[in-house]
Amino acid sequence: MQVTINGRPHQLTGDVSLAHAVALLTSAPAGVAAAVNGTVVRRASWDTTPLAEGDDVEVLTAVQGG
Amino acid sequence: MDDPLLIAGEKFTSRLIMGTGGAPSLDVLDRALVASGTELTTVAMRRVDPASTGSVLSILADRGIRVLPNTAGCYTATEAVRVAAMAREALGTSWVKLEVIADERTLLPDPVELLTAADRLVADGFTVLPYTNDDPVLARRLEQAGCAAVMPLGAPIGSGLGIRNPHNIELIVESAGVPVILDAGIGTASDAAIAMELGCAAVLLATSVTRARSPELMAEAMRLAVAAGRQAFLAGRVPRRHLALASSPPAG
Repeated sequence: MQVTINGRPHQLTGDVSLAHAVALLTSAPAGVAAAVNGTVVRRASWDTTPLAEGDDVEVLTAVQGG
Repeated sequence: MDDPLLIAGEKFTSRLIMGTGGAPSLDVLDRALVASGTELTTVAMRRVDPASTGSVLSILADRGIRVLPNTAGCYTATEAVRVAAMAREALGTSWVKLEVIADERTLLPDPVELLTAADRLVADGFTVLPYTNDDPVLARRLEQAGCAAVMPLGAPIGSGLGIRNPHNIELIVESAGVPVILDAGIGTASDAAIAMELGCAAVLLATSVTRARSPELMAEAMRLAVAAGRQAFLAGRVPRRHLALASSPPAG
C-alpha cells in the first residue's frame, strides 16, 4: 500500500497504522505531531488509526525558528 | 523591582522573549538563551528530519524555558490554523505566535489572513500572540478578536533596521488593553531599549542575537537593554525642550 509521508512516497506492508508510519521517521517519545490528510490525529490514537491507500501523512516537530 | 509581565494571566519576570532561528549551533543557542534571561522562547514547526541530531526542545526543557510555537512560513489563515493545531498536539501548549506572511521578500504580515486566522484560533481556545504590522487599527482589530497580546514589527524580520515608525508603536501602546510586544526589526541593544521606552511590555527578537558576532554577549546586552528601557519608561523621561534649562542654580 502506498502512502505519502512528509511529501515522499512510502510502501507500507503489514502494519499500516499511523504509529508505524511515524516510527519510520522518528522514535522521539514527545514533541511530534501527525496529521492524516490535513487532520491532526492525537498521539494516543496513532496505534489505532489505520492508513489507507494514497493517504497523505504529515509528521512535524519543533525546530529552531522565529 | 517587582514588575512582572502578564500575558493571558501568566506571569513572567523577564520581558525579553527570544527566538531561536539563526544560531550557528545548539550549543551557542543554549548559552545565548541563558545569557538573555528569557522565560519564553519561540520555535518553528517543520517536517521531521530523520537525520537531525539534538533538539531545541531539549534545551528549552533543560533550562526551564517555556516554549512558544510559531506559524512561520504560513501564507494563509488555513495553513496557520493547521500548523497551530499541530504545534498544540506536539508541544502540549495552546499558546501560539501567529505569523501569516504576505511574501518572501518582505516577510510582512498579511493583515487579512492574519485576522482571519486569529478569529479561528481564538474560537478554538488558543492563546494567540499575533505578529502584526505596526498598524494601530489592525492591532485594535486583533485585540478585539481576542488575542492575548499584539506584536507589531519594528522593521521587517531579520532586517535589523530598528523601529522605523516609533509614533505608530506609541499609538498602539496608548490604546491597547493587552501587552504590546515589539517583534522583529531589532538590530542592537539600543533598539530594544527604545521599544521599552515607548511603552512596549516586552521585546521579541532572534536575529540580532543569534547572528551577532558573539550571540551570548549580545543576549546579555539585550537583557540589560530591555530592563533599562522598562525602568526608564516607568521612571518617566523629562520633556524635550528647545532651549537649555540650567541644572546648576543660577544665583548665589
